[in-house]
Amino acid sequence: MSSFHPVLASFGGAIEFIFTPQNSNVTGGQQVGGFEKAMELTLKQLEVTVLALALALIIALPVGLYLGHRGRGELLAIGLGNAGRAIPELALIALVAALIGVGLVTVTPALAILGIPPILTNAYVGVRQVDAATVDAARGMGMSELEVIRKVELPLAIPTVMGGIRGATIAIVATATIAPLAGVETLGDFIINASIYGEDGRLAGAILVAALALALEGLLALLQRRLTSDGLKLQTA
Amino acid sequence: MIAPTLLAAVGEVGEGFFQERDSSSLPCQAKPDEVFCFDWARENIDRFGTPTVQHLELVLFSVLLGFAIAFAISLLAHRTAWLRPPLLAATGILYTIPSIAFFFLLLPITGIGRTTAIVVLATYTLQIIYRNTMLGLANVPGPVKDAARGMGLTERQILWRVELPLATPEIVAGLRIATVSTVAIATLAVFIGAGGLGTQMYGSGNLTFPTSIIIAAAIAIGMALLFDVALLTVQRLITPWRRARLG
Repeated sequence: MSSFHPVLASFGGAIEFIFTPQNSNVTGGQQVGGFEKAMELTLKQLEVTVLALALALIIALPVGLYLGHRGRGELLAIGLGNAGRAIPELALIALVAALIGVGLVTVTPALAILGIPPILTNAYVGVRQVDAATVDAARGMGMSELEVIRKVELPLAIPTVMGGIRGATIAIVATATIAPLAGVETLGDFIINASIYGEDGRLAGAILVAALALALEGLLALLQRRLTSDGLKLQTA
Repeated sequence: MIAPTLLAAVGEVGEGFFQERDSSSLPCQAKPDEVFCFDWARENIDRFGTPTVQHLELVLFSVLLGFAIAFAISLLAHRTAWLRPPLLAATGILYTIPSIAFFFLLLPITGIGRTTAIVVLATYTLQIIYRNTMLGLANVPGPVKDAARGMGLTERQILWRVELPLATPEIVAGLRIATVSTVAIATLAVFIGAGGLGTQMYGSGNLTFPTSIIIAAAIAIGMALLFDVALLTVQRLITPWRRARLG
């Protein structure tokens, strides 16, 4: 049992680091960490995550919905989803920093690249799964193609579409952790620059990143419940 | 400015590596505009050998561990319906925690090195394999199970001889997704000092020298592709009835 004591002490130190500034290992008199710094980095990570997710959504959602609606481009939609998983995150961020440059303007599109495949694939699959008879009925009622997508296919595909968005969010927020390599100071700064922030800072960074990811996932799960029509909920219950 | 922090982050993996690179003064390394330096690649391709093997080991161990656990909990959940929602939620939470954060959350318990990396990477695969296995088992048609029961098979025989073989495509699909993702995410193992191809992307210490990053990324993507094809081949071999039906 006593072996657990140092573990608890590490976590205690990390929690302290989040709330009150600590003396740095290297810079002598200087103080690092503390609530203000932790919040600043958390907000930065949230900002870059939301921007990248928005960019990925703007690109991938319409394309996925359209391809699914037309029943075209299966190879593209499914293949992209599979290929996207093979992108090594570290190489992506490191290459963007090396070849294009550092900062929010380059990191945001790089992270969006990770979000596009799951959103596009799931939007495609979700719309494709909608019963053809249902779509025919909607057309018979006089709906335009756009209305069919917006009022029939999208609502029925919401669970799958949201699954893709949640997957994209997890990938983006996770990779935003290594954004400091490309000059965007997210919570990963605590982790990557452990020589400045110390062991407590590194663990504090890990705790905050995990908390942020879980909070986003929880929010999106709630949003999915709100967006899913009551009829669909009855069906699955 | 980045170099000292890099050394600290990669620990034992990076140190010898740094000096090697710095001592060799190569012509196109000096040109920052060069996207891919072939001369350097030809002379230094050897250095990717060990990281590739380390990477392969990380992926193999973590996927095997993840599969063993996920398969076991799937069978448990298959028998015990009330366990399904909590297991899905638990694996979902573990899947949500970013690997790099997970590494350092485990650090006080399992320390620097491969153990931590393998535990985290294995944890990450649980949700994918568990969900697909459950989906595969749920997709087995009821009449097939009835027929098996009618032929006198016990529940255990039905599971191993009817349900699991029929669920194989979904199970392998889950395994493929898990493996391909793990190959990509294992590049982050460099942060916990577990080696792998990440050492050649980040441990190279020079973010303005893309050649090493590109080679390492190409090896990782190639490895993911090979795993994918290998698993698909295995699936074809162990489900001969599917080919018979299509042919």
